Amino acid sequence: MIEFRAVTKRFEDGTIAVDELDLTVEAGTITVFVGPSGCGKTTSLRMVNRMIDPTSGTILVDGKDVLTVDPPTLRRGIGYVIQQAGLFPHRTVLDNIATVPLLSGWDKRKARTRAAELLEIVGLDPNFGKRYPAQLSGGQQQRVGVARALAADPPVLLMDEPFSAVDPVVREDLQNELLRLQAELDKTIVFVTHDIDEALKLGERVAVFQKGGHLAQYAKPQELLSAPANDFVASFVGRDRGYRTLTFLHAEVPVHPVATAKLGERITVTDWTLVVDEQNRPKGWLSGVDGEVEVNERDLVSGGSLYDGSSLRGALDAALSSPSALGVVVDDAGAVSGVVRADDVIQALAKARAAGEVPR
Amino acid sequence: MGGWLFDPAHWSGTTGIPVRLLEHLGYTLLTLLIAAVIAIPLGAFVGHTGKGGFVIVGLSNALRALPTTAVLILVVLWAGLGDFPVYVALVLLAIPPIMAGTYAGVRAVDPSAVDAARGVGMRESGVLLQVEIPNALPLIYGGFRGAALQVVATATIAAYTGAGGLGRFVFDGLALQDFGQMLAGAVLVALLAVLVDLGFAGLQRLTVSPGLRPVGTGGKN
Amino acid sequence: MTWIFDNWERFWEVTAVHLRLSAVPVLIGFVLAIPLGWWASRSQTARTVLFPFANILFTIPSIALIVITPVVIGVKILDEINVIVPLTVYTVALMIRSIADALSAVPGNVIAAANAMGYRPFKRFLTVDFPLALPVTIAGLRVATVSNISMVSVGALVGLGGYGQLFTEGYQTDNSPKVFAGLVGTVVLAVLADGLLLLVGRLLTPWARVGR
Repeated sequence: MIEFRAVTKRFEDGTIAVDELDLTVEAGTITVFVGPSGCGKTTSLRMVNRMIDPTSGTILVDGKDVLTVDPPTLRRGIGYVIQQAGLFPHRTVLDNIATVPLLSGWDKRKARTRAAELLEIVGLDPNFGKRYPAQLSGGQQQRVGVARALAADPPVLLMDEPFSAVDPVVREDLQNELLRLQAELDKTIVFVTHDIDEALKLGERVAVFQKGGHLAQYAKPQELLSAPANDFVASFVGRDRGYRTLTFLHAEVPVHPVATAKLGERITVTDWTLVVDEQNRPKGWLSGVDGEVEVNERDLVSGGSLYDGSSLRGALDAALSSPSALGVVVDDAGAVSGVVRADDVIQALAKARAAGEVPR
Repeated sequence: MGGWLFDPAHWSGTTGIPVRLLEHLGYTLLTLLIAAVIAIPLGAFVGHTGKGGFVIVGLSNALRALPTTAVLILVVLWAGLGDFPVYVALVLLAIPPIMAGTYAGVRAVDPSAVDAARGVGMRESGVLLQVEIPNALPLIYGGFRGAALQVVATATIAAYTGAGGLGRFVFDGLALQDFGQMLAGAVLVALLAVLVDLGFAGLQRLTVSPGLRPVGTGGKN
Repeated sequence: MTWIFDNWERFWEVTAVHLRLSAVPVLIGFVLAIPLGWWASRSQTARTVLFPFANILFTIPSIALIVITPVVIGVKILDEINVIVPLTVYTVALMIRSIADALSAVPGNVIAAANAMGYRPFKRFLTVDFPLALPVTIAGLRVATVSNISMVSVGALVGLGGYGQLFTEGYQTDNSPKVFAGLVGTVVLAVLADGLLLLVGRLLTPWARVGR
């Protein structure tokens, strides 16, 4: 658990980076600090491991005032991941990961074994151990950065915009990987980002900072979306927050049967028909031309997103993005199990709201 | 020139080519050692703290403008003939490039690596010795090898005040109007410079992490 | 320092010679290095030929180059050409690299934009590439100038003019104030020339000082 008690940071030039911050980060959760640049989110994070010392106030990590611990000793017990990883270019990947264990006095063999273990945990091939950081892609470097932070198995992990320098596809991979790791490791993670989508995806709780180092709101993601504390939070979480709220709702949506056909079949089409392959996986839509036709690959209209039962957002998006206005529902194997309609989703939302599942 | 250089008589005795070569090499190596001991800690410290950078740059520029001949002659006039004035003049020559290279090298280390070094719990000495200096080595060697070339070339003028080294052939040749001997001296200095540089290039290869070589040339398994 | 005031005329005389012997090589060397540096910035072959050659030129001691020059080009040993030629050679060797680095560092998107707007190559070099390469080029020019001013003195060891004469005469007559006067003259000249180039560079590249 990390507690900020009336923490203020005023820099030498007089700017106030963090203003009277009171906040508790629960143990075993991912807590995201989000906000525009200059809002004090990074400063707040860096005060936890004393990269910056507060002007006033107290920060407790598991009940212990950090100002009473000598900074290097404190930092060895707290994992630290930064933007662009900050790997040591002159050390191999394995030696980078083994940094903290070696600093803490482990013997070399044990540190290396541990480093090799971590390489696997963060999903990298053991061969990467002998490489140097310059030989890795940005995403791989960031995985090594996470491995280095985890090496001495610290209970607390500080992550300062760790994924902001990689492309969106890799970023999504890394985010999913972090969620997977957290499910296994159960660390107390403070994660700083300026990307609200990243914050809503990763954070169990999200602290929105606004200019001048004020904490604007500290809440669960769905609460931020449905009940922003002020205009700043409302504009920061974005215009389509009503739509995003659906991400956090998992209400039941009725699944309707759908007419399907396989390639090569001769069928009589009257309305939109879903064409599937041998394993019943969707291939595309055939539009309603009256009369008998042979199902041909080149007549297919490609479909929209698929709904795998994850959240109302997925259901609505599947319906809205489908050429037939019918969202294709698939099971875990990817086989078609039916379709959903947009108005069903809206009704499900109304039901959830009536039942008090949508926070206000 | 070839005639003078390959005359066996010039390859033996206390004034022969091997002895002069070793003297020249001796001036060079001791000079570089002294200069490195002074310049590397200074450049590294200022680079690490980030304070007083203008002093380093200003001092380097001022020392660069200092005419080595004048320093040599002044020290000879004050302290008498011998090797001491040679070392004073050459060390002053070698300090600026080594100091500037070290300073620039430490400053150029990726700030995120330095931030990470502190963040994982290294003490300031660890940050400097385990991260900044190893990563600054390519630029430190750049300055050092530049200094080595200058020192080898300039050690020639030591002979002007009667000290040894390959400059003897240049100045003795000049006095005797023996162009063969002068040319032989010049060629030997240039050769020695190339050899010394090769030696340090080898040392650089051995001591600089393969991770710091340009991508694609090093360390691929 | 009193030596300077007691021998004012002599001091000015050697200053003028020193200035001439160091400025002329810088000018000639700079002009010669522009096309070579441009070539090296564009062609890998040029770099593999020019850069090692330039490095080897640096390893030849200045005193040796000064005494060899008359033999090679057939002039008398006491001709000022014997200092001007070697220092020009050093300047070219140094500036090729600076100019090549400077031109290579011009952002590719700027060049692409200039091409897209229809600049012809020579016009583009004069109005886009070269001005943008000026800051790095001038930094190289400052190093070349300062080292030239310091090296001119070496010419005195074979009897040529400049502050170096004060060193050799002072040495022969055990007159350290005279040597010191030459040393001060050299350093002051170098600092002034360096400052002048810095100023010229700032005036020529006003864009380099804004937006930092």
